[in-house]
Amino acid sequence: MKKLSARRRHPLAALVVLIFALALTGGLWAALAPTSSASADASQSLQVEEGKRLFQVGCASCHGLNGEGTNLGPSLVGVGSAAVDFQVGTGRMPAQQPGAQVPSKKVIYNQAQIDQMAAFVATLGAGPVIPTQDQYSGGNVAAGGELFRTNCAQCHNFAGAGGALSEGKYAPSLAGVSAKHIYEAMLTGPQNMPSFPNSTMPEQQKKDIIAYVQHATNSDTNPSYGGMTLGAIGPVSEGLFGWIFALGALIGTAIWIAARTPKAKKS
Amino acid sequence: MSTHAYDDSHEEQIGHSEAGVEQKHLGEKSADWVDGRLGIYSLAKANLRKIFPDHWSFMLGEICLYSFIIIILTGVYLTLFFQPSMGEVVYHGSYTPLQGIKMSEAYESALNISFDVRGGLLIRQIHHWAAIVFVAAMLVHMMRVFFTGAFRKPREINWLFGFLLLFLGMFDGFMGYSLPDDLLSGTGIRFMEGAILSVPLVGTYLQMFLYGGQFPGNDIIPRFFTIHVLLIPGIMLGLLVAHLILVFYHKHTQFAGPGRTEKNVVGMPLMPVYMAKAGGFFFLVFGVIAFVSAIASVNPIWAYGPYRPDQVSTDAQPDWYMGFSEGLIRIMPGWEIRAWGHTLELGVFIPLVVFGLMFVVIAIYPFLEGWITGDKREHHILDRPRNAPVRTGLGVAWIAEYLILLVGGGNDLFATHLHMSIDAITWTCRILFFVGPVVAFMVTKRWCMGLQRKDKDKILHGRETGTIKRLPHGEFIEVHAQLPQEELYRLTAHEQQAPAQLPPAVDENGVKRKVGAVAKLRAKLSAGYFGPQSQIAKPTAEEHAEITAGHGHH
Repeated sequence: MKKLSARRRHPLAALVVLIFALALTGGLWAALAPTSSASADASQSLQVEEGKRLFQVGCASCHGLNGEGTNLGPSLVGVGSAAVDFQVGTGRMPAQQPGAQVPSKKVIYNQAQIDQMAAFVATLGAGPVIPTQDQYSGGNVAAGGELFRTNCAQCHNFAGAGGALSEGKYAPSLAGVSAKHIYEAMLTGPQNMPSFPNSTMPEQQKKDIIAYVQHATNSDTNPSYGGMTLGAIGPVSEGLFGWIFALGALIGTAIWIAARTPKAKKS
Repeated sequence: MSTHAYDDSHEEQIGHSEAGVEQKHLGEKSADWVDGRLGIYSLAKANLRKIFPDHWSFMLGEICLYSFIIIILTGVYLTLFFQPSMGEVVYHGSYTPLQGIKMSEAYESALNISFDVRGGLLIRQIHHWAAIVFVAAMLVHMMRVFFTGAFRKPREINWLFGFLLLFLGMFDGFMGYSLPDDLLSGTGIRFMEGAILSVPLVGTYLQMFLYGGQFPGNDIIPRFFTIHVLLIPGIMLGLLVAHLILVFYHKHTQFAGPGRTEKNVVGMPLMPVYMAKAGGFFFLVFGVIAFVSAIASVNPIWAYGPYRPDQVSTDAQPDWYMGFSEGLIRIMPGWEIRAWGHTLELGVFIPLVVFGLMFVVIAIYPFLEGWITGDKREHHILDRPRNAPVRTGLGVAWIAEYLILLVGGGNDLFATHLHMSIDAITWTCRILFFVGPVVAFMVTKRWCMGLQRKDKDKILHGRETGTIKRLPHGEFIEVHAQLPQEELYRLTAHEQQAPAQLPPAVDENGVKRKVGAVAKLRAKLSAGYFGPQSQIAKPTAEEHAEITAGHGHH
């Protein structure tokens, strides 16, 4: 040790330490890094390649050949794979026609293709990533209901039935939307929806909201206890129903009773 | 019994025991007992054979009466379980999606009524659906009274009673759906707070007085409860009884027909015909409302969640009868004036004023029309709406305005369900607010005039039979059949008033007469009501005789 100690002020000592440090980290990495990384890398690049091909056929006419955006569609740099998975996975993209809002419709790509496009768009710039199952399952329904009423109900309605926004835009119904897509929507804020990144809405709260939405919009877990929901859109449909069916039936009954009275005899 | 001819006269009054000893029935004895103390025999004698005319539209008021009774019956049940308190509790009831959520005792007890009280949800829904039907039926009943002119002398006071019942019914409904303290009802109470605050000068004081401090406070639910279950229903019950007493006192109106005059009522007696019909109709009304309540959800408070002032849901509309006030707010631009440290919130205050005006015109119309026509006589024969085109037009104009405001109040739902822009709907409603009633008035008036012409044509030329005849010289004619005499009477029974004339410009001494602006206005309005633009002179008997004396076709 004495020898080593004596040479610690040698001009090359720092270099030697650096070499040792590099060797150590390199060795550790080699020992601990996932072994499949090499093959995953290859499939990843293949996926990006495939995704790019799909993108250039289905998306580039509006978003530009490299996702840089045109006057028909926004730039996709930095939107992340979660945005692609949501937009294409719910059928919103590719868009059918210009309008106030792009509606969800039939999904025309399969999940593998969607993943490929998502992988390609993710290479354009860092952005929100497609969540994994444990990120969006296992929330608390009651807590989620409170969060939903605070953050979501003013547009999506208390039952997730959707509602109107300005100029023909609207918040869609949440019935039948998958947990993953709800998570991605909160994360990326598609179209007119504000985004709720984890900094403002922690992952646990997202889980709770998802649990509530899935509970509230599913008639198996949340049956309509009072009978027909009439669209779960509040008193307007109740009023219409009351006028047309309840009062309508009663007036019909009145006419029926009046028609069955012996009329005063003609003299 | 017919074999005992000798005591037939007694059979009706006296029952008989097996032994043949004359003995009164128990019912008769008890009736005698009551009569000795309350005098029911003379009451019954005077009223049981009271005659009512027969028409389906005369039963609309009955729908109101019966739904009101249903509301009271179910309401009593609900008060047994409802806690009108803003005290905060944590929910641990049967509805799991709200487990562990903080809420008021009012909301918790409303949830318990829905999920834990036997029959509670059904009773709640019957109560609510009956309220929706009640106000709707009152409006339709009022339309019937309006369009047939049944509000004319001597029934103006009863019109006011009915009007007050409608007005109070609306507000009692509003307070009723505000009580459960769910997210929607809290939004409604907040809406009302805003409307009160918009009143210049006294708004803030009124708000503080009603809410007992800042919104929401702890007082509003208990106060609404007392008003909802005690004060307003008490007043309404009194008005209702007075309304019915006046119907008895005035006797029911009837449509014109052979043998029907201003001095008689042609119809069926209360006992037994209308007793049976009314009793049966009550159960039918109860049945229909119970059926609707059993199949259709109304005000699912558990889905709304408890009220918190920081939360709101879209589709936050009031029940339909308050919907037009929502429409007024939604179509009104958000104007406000700020001056000298005060804010005049016109965007809310103007709708509040229009809200009041829409009711005031209902209340004063009978007096307005009475003043214009100058008619001091009693009217027991109803008008057909076509024979009073201006009145009918005004009524339809009001309804049109009301409907436009209802659409404005539900603009978001029309937008989402018809795939339209909410702004386009709002702007359409803004324009229609001014144009719609005018167009509705003109169309209705012309429509009425057309129907009057058709009546005249039918009287003079008879009914088209659909039979085509060819005359010897080749001409084709359609055979018209003369109307039966009673139909002719029915179509010509109405009287046609001449417009009021201003006195001559100069009096008998040649001095220029002074005519006040009010008299001129009245003459003008009278000309509008009864001038040639508003009534087709009905055919006279001579005209009819002349035309039918000649050839049978025309």
